[in-house]
Formats: sequence, C-alpha cells, structure tokens
Amino acid sequence: MSDAAAEATSAALPRARTDWLPLALVPVLALAALPLVGDLSAWVTLTLAGLAMGMMIFLMASGLTLVFGLMDIINFGHGVFISLGAYATLIVLGPLAGWASADSVTLNLALLLLCIAVAMGLTAVVGAVFERVIVRPVYGSHLKQILVTMGGLIVAEQAIHAIWGASPIPIPLPETLRGAFVVGDVVMERYRVVAVGIGLFVFAAMQLLLNRTRIGLLIRAGVENPEMVEALGYRIRRLFVSVFVAGSALAGLGGVMWAFYRQTLTAGMGMDVMVLVFIVIIVGGLGSVGGCFVGSILVALVANYVGFLAPKLALVSNILVMALVLIWRPQGLFPVARR
Amino acid sequence: MRSTLLPPAGHDETRQRRGPVAWLLSSDPPRSWILSLVLLGIVACLVAAPFLFPGSQPLGTAAKICVFILLVASYDLLLGYTGIVSFAHTMFFGIGGYGIAIALERFGPSWESVAIGMVAALALSALLAAAIGLLSLRVRAIFFSMITLAVASAAAVLASQMSSVTGGEDGLSFQLPAELRPAFRPLAEPLFGITVNGRILAYYLIVAVTAVVFLLLLRIVNSPFGRVLQAIRENEFRAEALGYRVVAYRTVASVISALAATIAGGLMALWLRYNGPDTTLSFSIMIDILLMVVIGGMGTLYGAILGATLFVLAQSYLQVLMGAASEALAGIPLLPELVHPDRWLLWLGILFILSVYAFPGGIVGHLRKDPRP
Repeated sequence: MSDAAAEATSAALPRARTDWLPLALVPVLALAALPLVGDLSAWVTLTLAGLAMGMMIFLMASGLTLVFGLMDIINFGHGVFISLGAYATLIVLGPLAGWASADSVTLNLALLLLCIAVAMGLTAVVGAVFERVIVRPVYGSHLKQILVTMGGLIVAEQAIHAIWGASPIPIPLPETLRGAFVVGDVVMERYRVVAVGIGLFVFAAMQLLLNRTRIGLLIRAGVENPEMVEALGYRIRRLFVSVFVAGSALAGLGGVMWAFYRQTLTAGMGMDVMVLVFIVIIVGGLGSVGGCFVGSILVALVANYVGFLAPKLALVSNILVMALVLIWRPQGLFPVARR
Repeated sequence: MRSTLLPPAGHDETRQRRGPVAWLLSSDPPRSWILSLVLLGIVACLVAAPFLFPGSQPLGTAAKICVFILLVASYDLLLGYTGIVSFAHTMFFGIGGYGIAIALERFGPSWESVAIGMVAALALSALLAAAIGLLSLRVRAIFFSMITLAVASAAAVLASQMSSVTGGEDGLSFQLPAELRPAFRPLAEPLFGITVNGRILAYYLIVAVTAVVFLLLLRIVNSPFGRVLQAIRENEFRAEALGYRVVAYRTVASVISALAATIAGGLMALWLRYNGPDTTLSFSIMIDILLMVVIGGMGTLYGAILGATLFVLAQSYLQVLMGAASEALAGIPLLPELVHPDRWLLWLGILFILSVYAFPGGIVGHLRKDPRP
C-alpha cells in the first residue's frame, strides 16, 4: 500500500534531474586550456587563482541573483553595497590597526571576521532602508526599478564621497595573509586560499538553507509562484524584505573580500565590479544560485586563462563567454523555470 | 472586419489642417503655452548664441547643449518611447567621436576625411547595435540593460588599450578642415559687431545637424513605426499578440538611436577638435544622459531640449552657487560636505529619484498637464 502510494507520488513527481552539461563545462574548459598554457605548474597556478577570483565574484553576485529570482527586482544599485561593505572595513581598521600589523594568524583572521561582521551589519541596515525608500514604490516595473536604483546608486556613491572623502584610500592586508604558499612550482596567494574557504562556506550555507530548511522551502516556492505562497497564508512581503537584506549583507561580505584583494578603496569600486557580476548572473541564469556559482568560476577561469595567453583580450573574453552561452542557452546555463 | 480597423476620425482632421510648422514638428507640437515659450526661448538663444553671448566659453556651453540635446533625444527614443534601458549609449557616442578623430588624424583635415570617418562610425554603430539587440532582446528586455553595461565597459577598456589607434588615455587631437578653423573669415565685414570666423561656422554646423536629426527623430516617433514602439512599451505581450515582431522593432529602434548618438559624438569631436575616453566614453556621461532624460521628461523629445539645457547650465553654474553655500555653512559638521561644489551630483540624484516617483513625465509632462491647454 505505502509502496504503491510512494510509487504513485514518484510517478506524478519525477525527481528533478540534475543538469550535468553546464557543470561539466568547467572541468572541460580547464582541461582544454592546459595544452594552450603549456606549462603544468603555470596552469595549476592560474586555475587556483581563477577559482579564488570566482569565489569572490560569487560572493558579490549571489545576493543579486537571489533578490532577482525571488522578487523579480533588478537592483542596479547593488554595487553600492559592495562599496559600502568595503568602506566599512575602515570602521574596524581605525581602532584596531594593531591587529592588522600583528604577526599572529588568530588576530589577523579575527580582524577579517570582525570586518565582515561589521560590513554585513551595516549593509544589512542600509539594505533595509534602501528597500523601503527606493525599491518598494516601484515593485513590478523593471524600467522604473533600473532608473530608481541607478538614482540610489548615484546618491549613495556621493554620500560615500561626502563621508569618507573622494580620494582613494589604501588599506593594509593583515600581516599573515600576505605572501603566498609555494608548493614546488605552484604559487598560491594566501589571501586567495582564505577567499576560497569563505566562498565555499557561503555557498554550502546557502545550499543548506535553501534546500534543507523551511524558510528555504518558502523562498524556493516564492521563486516558482509567489501568489500561491501568499494564498497559503505566508507573508511573502516579509520574506522578500529579509531576502533583500540578506542579499545586501552578502554584497557587503563580498565588498570586504574585494577591498582586501584590491587594497584600495574607491566609491566606484562596486560599480566597476558590477559589470562582472551582471555577466555572471546572465551566464548562470537570472535567479539561480547554483548557476551563479558555476558562472562565477567559468568567467573567472576564462578571464585568467585569456589574461595569461592574450592579456589585452581579458575583459572582451567575458563578453565572448556571455555571447556564446546565450547563443547556446538563451536563458543562461541554469534557466529558472518561471516567467 | 476592415471597418473596425480604421484610424480614429481626429487623425484625418489634423492631417488636413496642418501648416508648415506642424509639418516640421510632425503634428506633435509642445501642447502647452509655457512649454512652447520656454522652448522657443531656448532655441532662439541657441541660434543667436554667437551674437548674444560673445566669447569662447559661452559658445562652448551652447555647442555642448546642442550636442547633448541630440544625444538625449536619441536616448529618449530608446528609454521613453521603446521602454528599454541601454547603458551603451556612450559607446555609440564614443564611436562617432573616434570615427571623426581617427579619420581626420590619419587622412588629414579635409571634408572627405569627415565623411569617411562619419560613414565608418555609423556603419560600426549600426552593426554593433543590431548584434547587441538581437543577442539580448530576444530573451528579455532586462538582459539588454545588463549586457549593454558590460559591452560599454569593455568598449571603454578597449579604447584605452588600443593606444596605437585611439591614442589611449590621452585621446586624439586633430586639425579641422580649413573652413572650420578660427582663422577662416567668410565675411570681410563684421556682422552685428561680431567677426564671423570658422569657429562660428562650426557652431552653426552643429546647430543645423542637431535641428535636422532632432526633427527626423520627431518624425520617427510620430510615424506608424513610432506608434508600434509605444504600443510595445505599454504592453509588450499585447503588441506581440497583435502580430508585431517585438524583437525586430526594438532592435531597429536601438539601431536608429545608436546612429543618432554616433552623429552627436561626431559633432562633439568636431567642436572640441579632440576626442578621448573622458569626453565621450566614460560611464559618468551615461549617468548624465539618464539624468537629463528623466528630469526633462521621458517619452517626449522636447524633454531632451529642456533636460540638456538645464543640466549643462547646472553643470557650469550650479557649482558656483554651491561653493558659496558651502562657505556660508563652514564650521557645521557634515553640512558643508553635503553642499560642497563636487557634490552637486548628489542633489541631482535626489531630484532624479523624486522625478521618477512623482513626475514620470519630467518637466515636460508636468507642464503639459497644466490646466491652460
């Protein structure tokens, strides 16, 4: 009886098949680049550096794609949360400059985590205000969303100028995170290892949250059909807002990582990296977290290989990747079913 | 069945009644007394600028206003009439500038070089705009915004890296054809007390081209093609259901808009006798264009005239005012920073957000709602 019922449900609801083809793209690409690069140790170095770069882009892009998937809102002002997260490190680095120059892994990592906590807190609060003041009145109209969030970006960037000054600010990378691990001929910057660790942790946490918890179930259901979730008695608006705030906080986290990577702060740094972020979420499929992850790694790897082989084509290579993916799959690598 | 598809009766009436002015304006007059007066004032000032405001700086401001009127009007065709947001408009502006600059620098200062540069730039712009449109618009209009942003930033990087062709960050300076140089004197006697030179001729070239292309754009948005664009803007699904190929219409609109922007870029380079990444390609110009379109009024080409004029004047003179305010507030924390002359974009940004919420039609839309028709 129960077997039959189980069979009936499984017949009615076929298990969602994992789409392996885009996943296979990453190792295939990496292997294809090997003979072009020629040198094994250079290839390993490039691949590892690309993975780390991909993780940082993923951190910055994941919030945007989630917000889009759930709320159908495209936030062109997302870049400002990246900048804000980066500038938030100054709040911590001011009084705790000693921790950065201390030759202690614990203190340095504690400083990094503290920066991340402060940045995420600040961007979460600003995200909540941004959602309420800027985005809420224009739900449902893409054109107005783009315009208004661009306006929010202009105002917020100018506000950063007014508060922290318009000139670029150098920030020091904590002492023990400088330099690189060298294994044989393979060089791996220490900071990139940390970035990979944090990126993987966030990806795993997001996957667990989205696939194994009740709130994740609601978010996924909201992406598929918001009206039905609302009809079942859940306050989808509140869910929307919390996802927007979480997305902003993730941008802040990405901003901290990006700031220590560049070691210079400018108000426009978020908008500069937004170009890559947009390419990544288009390649991955708007609204798909998994697609965003694969897309980030794909774009970063291609940028690294091309940067090594033909430096002048690095940024154009991203456009090329995007064009090829869109010709192959017009909705991105992992299309989100709705709409 | 055909009888239900006839155009409304009023359509024919306007066609019979229209005179030369209505013909020039494609039967789409400003429709408001105040607006008409303001527009007439601006156009008169621009046409008489060399005689009203002698000196090189006011003339430069007037030329910049003309170029931006054209640039903003062409952007409005895309944003206001078609309802899609492009961030690659400065790329086409830059292509026009570089077309003129490279041709004049390579082939010498002659009218043939100007023609070669302009035609090559127009061809490249049309090709790029069509490629971007067909690649991104066939899925969703929102892809178009993100992809144009990516392509535009790639173009800016490319222009600064290919320094052997584009002059890199330094840009290109070049000589104009003899008739447009300051030393050229077409008239022996001064006219209204002003010596007419090549510089003034160059200014009138810009005014003339701007006027012709602007009226052409006005004709396009009031043609059946323009009506279809507006139908797509209002309800894409419905327009598609009626049998219009939405992707094709949007792509053609983006090509036309790109061509007009290319012409504006060419004019800008001709006036400055220089083209570089900062004058035509930078992202801040893109933001300026957005501000001008929205503050002037989306979906009304007349908004371009108002928006561009107000913005360029504000750019030149608002900062002086804010500098005075900043000095007056010295000593109070943060406030002087907020009204610092460099922060003028902050206030325009706030104005921008408010206009999107409260006045979606911008200044022109607001004036047209005026009780006096």
